[in-house]
Amino acid sequence: MSMIDIKKLTKKFGEFTAVDGIDLDVKKGEIFGLLGPNGAGKTTTIKMLSTTLKVTSGTAKVCGIDVEKDPDNVRKCIGIVFQDPAIDVELTGKENLDFHARMYGMGSKEREKRIEEVLEMVRLEDKADMLVIKYSGGMKRRLEIARGLMHYPKVLFLDEPTLGLDAQTRRVIWEHVKEINRKEKITIILTTHYMDEADFLCNRIAIMDHGKILTQGTPARLKSSIGADLISVKTAKKDVLEDALKKCKWVIRVNIVGDRLHITAKHGETRIPEIIKTADNLDVKVDAVELHKPTLEDVFIKYTGRNIREEHADPNGMNRIRARLRGRT
Amino acid sequence: MITRELTAAYTIWLREMKKFVRAKSRILGNVAVPFFFLAFLGVGINSSFTLTGNLEGISYLEFLTPGIIAMTLLFSSMFAGISILWDRQFGFLKEILVAPVSRFSIIIGRVLAGMTTGVIQAMVVLAISLLLGVPIYNVFGVLISFVFILLISMSFVSLGIAFASRMNDMQGFQLIMNFIIFPVWMLSGAFFPLDGVPGWLLTLSYLDPLTYGVDGLRLSLIGVSHFPWILSVGVLAVFSVVMISLGAYLFSKTEV
Repeated sequence: MSMIDIKKLTKKFGEFTAVDGIDLDVKKGEIFGLLGPNGAGKTTTIKMLSTTLKVTSGTAKVCGIDVEKDPDNVRKCIGIVFQDPAIDVELTGKENLDFHARMYGMGSKEREKRIEEVLEMVRLEDKADMLVIKYSGGMKRRLEIARGLMHYPKVLFLDEPTLGLDAQTRRVIWEHVKEINRKEKITIILTTHYMDEADFLCNRIAIMDHGKILTQGTPARLKSSIGADLISVKTAKKDVLEDALKKCKWVIRVNIVGDRLHITAKHGETRIPEIIKTADNLDVKVDAVELHKPTLEDVFIKYTGRNIREEHADPNGMNRIRARLRGRT
Repeated sequence: MITRELTAAYTIWLREMKKFVRAKSRILGNVAVPFFFLAFLGVGINSSFTLTGNLEGISYLEFLTPGIIAMTLLFSSMFAGISILWDRQFGFLKEILVAPVSRFSIIIGRVLAGMTTGVIQAMVVLAISLLLGVPIYNVFGVLISFVFILLISMSFVSLGIAFASRMNDMQGFQLIMNFIIFPVWMLSGAFFPLDGVPGWLLTLSYLDPLTYGVDGLRLSLIGVSHFPWILSVGVLAVFSVVMISLGAYLFSKTEV
């Protein structure tokens, strides 16, 4: 069953097209990632899906409900964790959850029970009665994720869930997201510009840039679409080994790059012993072997012609991260 | 559906109450400022100032008390309305706006919260004035004064919300403080009787809705007034309805 069904979805701000006729279909129970640099249109897409921004053209259905025709019912079936912090720091964690539950019309018994459940899910049980102003950045984020789950949504939107957090905290959040997806059987749509995050969390990914979806699929399929693995061998007798390897059927390409021999092959890890053996037989001493598997980074470069990290130099992007950090500390 | 909207309004109200009770410094300020005005300015002027005309026999401190109640309400209500800006600044407004409830319920919750704190603060000022020796003329009048207290806070919370809906940051706040709150406060006749003032000043005072609030409070608390009570109630009632409609309209247009 489709939880998100988008056809030719477009958002224009005056002359500027932020989202340019995208099509998406997300199935129940998936963790789906929108991957792209800042300004790619990810957040704009999320905002349209969560009914906080009007659609310019095209259609979007969430939980089978059209976001333009019946935004109220869409809101009831979704949970959102915004990119920027949106908690009341003058209330305790529990009070923030209680506020949310009441706004979504939950009864008092149901509220109590659910608050305990979601707090446990993000391991904040013992911080429940602490004012949020005393929370760390990661704790605030976890509280927001817990809040997004309060009213039993069918779809959870996470907009840049780990932006501005340290590596360890990011890991913790990832584990929570996986667990939530498994335990609650909830469909999760997340946006990110972290390759590792998309790779670790998502069942499927759509790569977005300049408002368009360039490609989509499972991380594994996207990576294999790039081609085979690269094995880099450091040895003094490169040419001897090159000649020998050229005869092997599994070798797609072999060439000398600097002081190394580059061999392109599928399932590179299984070919390393064979390369060593061939070298041994020829009495060629191998100094080092490296295996490079295609990453989402490579996929991104292939489709956009540039590295996603270059976007970080963009001043607006930096300001956004700084603003986030300010809000979180 | 109705229950849901009422629950939402109550939830908004409850949050404001929790924060009000918790903000110790704010409560202290709410008590201290009216106390300074009454004890220092009121008592100070009292000794060398005699009221004439239909105010004869009333001490300046007695005359000032309703004005200070109105002043306290004006400031606290405007701040209560404008505090939506803080929610915008700290992102919490998104959490409120994305909930499946109408914007109008959100406004109602906030206005009710502002009215509640307004009543509490007015009672504090009344208590201070009693301590300073201002007598209660008429118990029934004290009860009537709450009609004015509620109308004043409703009007200015709504006006605050209207401003906050049109502002994106705190930049405009100083402007509102200087060009709305201060003139409204000083023109309202909180400090001086309107009977003898020059015509141009009187005209400006008549245009100030708070003037009618101060006058109504003065009538109910010390039994003297400039306007007939029906005019004060009428002007304030119309003003509060216009303000709440304006606040609700502008807030419904707000985006995050």
